[in-house]
Amino acid sequence: MDWAALRISLWLGTGTIVILLPFGVWFGRLLAVRNFRGKLLVEALVTVPLVLPPTVLGFYLLVTFGARSPVGQAFQALVGHPLPFSFQGLLLASAIANIPFVVQPVQRGFEAIPSTVREAAACCGLTPWQQFRRIELPLAWPGVLTASILAFAHTLGEFGVVLMVGGNLPGQTRTLSVAIYDRMQAFDDRSAGVMAATLLVISVATLMATTALSRRVSPSRG
Amino acid sequence: MFRRSILALLAVCVVGLPKAVAQRAPTIAAAANLNFALTEIARQFERDNGAHVDVVFSASGTLTRQIRDGAPFQMFLAADEEFPNQLTAAGLTRDAGVVYAIGRLVLFAPAGSPLTVDERLDGLSRLLKAGGVTRFAIANPDVAPYGRAAEAALRTRGLWDAIRSRLVLGDSIAQAAQFATTGNAVGGLIAYSLVKEPAFADKGKYALVPQADHPPLRQRMVLLKRAAPVVEQFYTYMQGAAARAVLVKNGYGVPE
Repeated sequence: MDWAALRISLWLGTGTIVILLPFGVWFGRLLAVRNFRGKLLVEALVTVPLVLPPTVLGFYLLVTFGARSPVGQAFQALVGHPLPFSFQGLLLASAIANIPFVVQPVQRGFEAIPSTVREAAACCGLTPWQQFRRIELPLAWPGVLTASILAFAHTLGEFGVVLMVGGNLPGQTRTLSVAIYDRMQAFDDRSAGVMAATLLVISVATLMATTALSRRVSPSRG
Repeated sequence: MFRRSILALLAVCVVGLPKAVAQRAPTIAAAANLNFALTEIARQFERDNGAHVDVVFSASGTLTRQIRDGAPFQMFLAADEEFPNQLTAAGLTRDAGVVYAIGRLVLFAPAGSPLTVDERLDGLSRLLKAGGVTRFAIANPDVAPYGRAAEAALRTRGLWDAIRSRLVLGDSIAQAAQFATTGNAVGGLIAYSLVKEPAFADKGKYALVPQADHPPLRQRMVLLKRAAPVVEQFYTYMQGAAARAVLVKNGYGVPE
């Protein structure tokens, strides 16, 4: 069992949520309540990581931020190491890959709130921020919760882009899913088996927790 | 409650993240054929010198690409000379490095396979003509020197065109060996150093492919520009008697 890999996987999942959730809530709500020109294109762009192979994302990240590109060299001069093959690089890749998993449930959550509720809140003299915090966010909470769990679970399962952008560095970018592949290649089936089982248990537990939580949250408040 | 838990999560993240990305032991990139030998040498090195190096195994071509894209490896042990020479030409290495081992290719057939192994690949040729070759494993010649050697050996015996559509390509020689040893292919051309591992003794039969059948697998290693003193030490250790003994035990030839 590679504990460092498990730790990195969990951090990556948590970090992805932390980075993505504020943006996801803001943007998902925007898509839910506003109509604007080009919305169709924006929604398609938000969803595109869902259908693109991870190699496409990996390719663009490596080409953009690799040591041979001007952007990559500027980043290296600024931070001291290149973005690919670092935990930060994985975080960025994971945040991009998870945009649809966060934005879509949030959008559905806010869409489910009738516009009359928002209008009533405004009539009561609530400022837009109070309206968002006291009325809309609690009502849309099941969507936000689903978004977080999906992003977390999906990050744990991410493999292709992690291997491409992260490069399987122990203690830095070797996540549990990559460690399984690494152990397989080293003919260490026993470790691979233990880690595969661990990942399976974590994933099932995560999804069970989502279902249980959303059941508790939605009927009483929704 | 949920808002508070999110805040707690955030706090834990901010505090804990640096730990996850903290600097670790220096990392060395090595060709996948070294999987067993180098793991043993690194363990010996740690015992003799009290210093630890992390080794990442992959195909030489994959590692070369990663190093050119900025991967933080400090030393590179390749399966050929061409890939490290590319890095030297790109100005990423200390110097041109040194050949540390000469690899060998074997024809491997897992237990229960209809393939009979011999050094001239006659058994493979017969099985191919009889239509008995369902899948045959080699490493991807584009990224793995052992795959390139396998292609050359198959061409030498005039089997390349006939076997092409039956090939399964491993990402590295380790994956090719995995395909060949787990019975997912009737056999494969893989690294001698991998099948020589005691754990493989009961997995199948093999025959050494004559070195004249393919360009020699002269394996070169280079120190990269950022190599730390520990890694320089390991580079020297690799050329010493202890490391050479392990290489020979694992089926490599060593340079004079």
